[in-house]
Amino acid sequence: MSSRKLEYSKSELIAITTARLLEDRKTIFVGIGLPMAAALLAQFTHSPNLSIMFEGGVIAPQLKPGKMPLSTNEARAGRKAMAFCSITDMFLYQQRGFLDYGLLGAAQIDKFGNLNTSVIGDFEAPKVRLPGSGGGNDIATSATRVIICVIHEKRRFVEKVDFVTSPGFLNGGDSRREAGLIFGGPYKVVTDLGILGFDSSTKALMLEAVQDGVEPNSVLENTGFHLPVASHLQKIPPPSKHELKILRSIDPEKVMLRGG
Amino acid sequence: MSPDEAVRRFVHEGSHVAIGGCLYSRTPTAIIHEIIRQKVSGLTVSRSLLGMEGDLLVGASLLRRAITSWWSVGYAWGISRVMRNAAEQQLVAFEEWSHLSLGLRYRAAAMGVTFLPSFSMLGSDLQRVNAVETITCPYSGEKVLIVPALYPDVGIIHAQMADEAGNVQVGGYEFMDQDIARSSERVIVTVEKVVNSKEIRRHPDRTTIPFFCVDAIVKVPFGAYPSECWNLYEADFDHFAQFAQRTNKNGIDGALEYLKEFVYATESFQEFLKKIGSTRLNKLKRNMQNVLT
Repeated sequence: MSSRKLEYSKSELIAITTARLLEDRKTIFVGIGLPMAAALLAQFTHSPNLSIMFEGGVIAPQLKPGKMPLSTNEARAGRKAMAFCSITDMFLYQQRGFLDYGLLGAAQIDKFGNLNTSVIGDFEAPKVRLPGSGGGNDIATSATRVIICVIHEKRRFVEKVDFVTSPGFLNGGDSRREAGLIFGGPYKVVTDLGILGFDSSTKALMLEAVQDGVEPNSVLENTGFHLPVASHLQKIPPPSKHELKILRSIDPEKVMLRGG
Repeated sequence: MSPDEAVRRFVHEGSHVAIGGCLYSRTPTAIIHEIIRQKVSGLTVSRSLLGMEGDLLVGASLLRRAITSWWSVGYAWGISRVMRNAAEQQLVAFEEWSHLSLGLRYRAAAMGVTFLPSFSMLGSDLQRVNAVETITCPYSGEKVLIVPALYPDVGIIHAQMADEAGNVQVGGYEFMDQDIARSSERVIVTVEKVVNSKEIRRHPDRTTIPFFCVDAIVKVPFGAYPSECWNLYEADFDHFAQFAQRTNKNGIDGALEYLKEFVYATESFQEFLKKIGSTRLNKLKRNMQNVLT
């Protein structure tokens, strides 16, 4: 076997790390881009019975590698699906509790896992207007376990997001429950530097695992707030040749994994 | 009815137009183009995910307010510069709701009630900026957020087929079209083909919008182009990419350039399609069949 190190991009690394968290026989709500690639990778490797749901109203499609949709509301997204429903009903299935996982990205994330995909700066007079919530807020509200997939940068990991588009644990502690959010919540944050989880009482992010070859210090340096390190810090095995091969067959033109 | 007459009769200055379909699927493009040709200004549009049609209305200086959960052209083409310019320079009010919340606003109106409860937007800044109320459920004691019903003036929808009476059969994804058809004061449906009512009666289970919701049936083959129409033709991704290229370079002026070339320069949607060419349209038909198999 060759000992040469495999080359991969940041988004490939995040997709592979995320896919490994997805258990078989679960349901998952995913959007376009990296989340879709991660869910499909899980489906094509260890979780063949993972059922994918799209906001366009698609239940359990069988997507073809290399023929990825560019939105979750187009015909390609519904290939060989089990059922179609309206967009509103898709989200209501989720609110009813039928969705085990939701995958989200974000322009900004704070230490309680709140996400911003709306504006940089003031909402009424934004410095940068981003496209907005889409179904992000609904997934963050109602998916049983929310996994957030982001590239680890200091400007992205901020003390407080400019705008809470999608609620994490809000101000920490019991504040999510007090706001009326009786289920769901962020579960893990997967980045190119590691996996972050949430402290069970403060609900603040902490570093649980580091990617192959990453020192804990470099994670802290790339985070814009104080990040506690778990007492038993795990090391994440690097992507395997097999995982990379499958992932690249899913998205050969790097439509979903263009970042990093 | 022609697109021209439907717009003249039902879309007025300052109207709130709800757009059916979603992003680049079953966008009622023929009606959007006609609104732009007739320069119906001061519009509010609502759509669950707003796409290129939002950019076009900005380019035409007709859009005052967008009610949506997300606005860009599509994931593959980055963040719309037209949307950014419109929102950042405050040319258009960008009213952002969560996707479900907007769906429930249409549904409340479709149900004939004034609000609906849900958990979405609770605790978020979307709750704050939209000044949405919460109530305590009188049965369970749980806090719920209540979204107000949204009654559009005109709903515009593109579908595969209908009869003259207005019984519409939508194939594939239904998106929010049923709720838009019920909640809107007036409803214009463009269709790929108009069939005899006997054919509708043969498959009543496929009728998703019954006649009493509909004010105008307008026959426009390829009326959703460049977006897709499920089972009939795929979206023209190259056309979207070319549009995004122009707007990424020139922002709102890029959208205006596009309008000058494709909308203002053509008298009708048929003429616009002629400009696109039948070779290209036929290829989109074949592509759709490949996608579904």
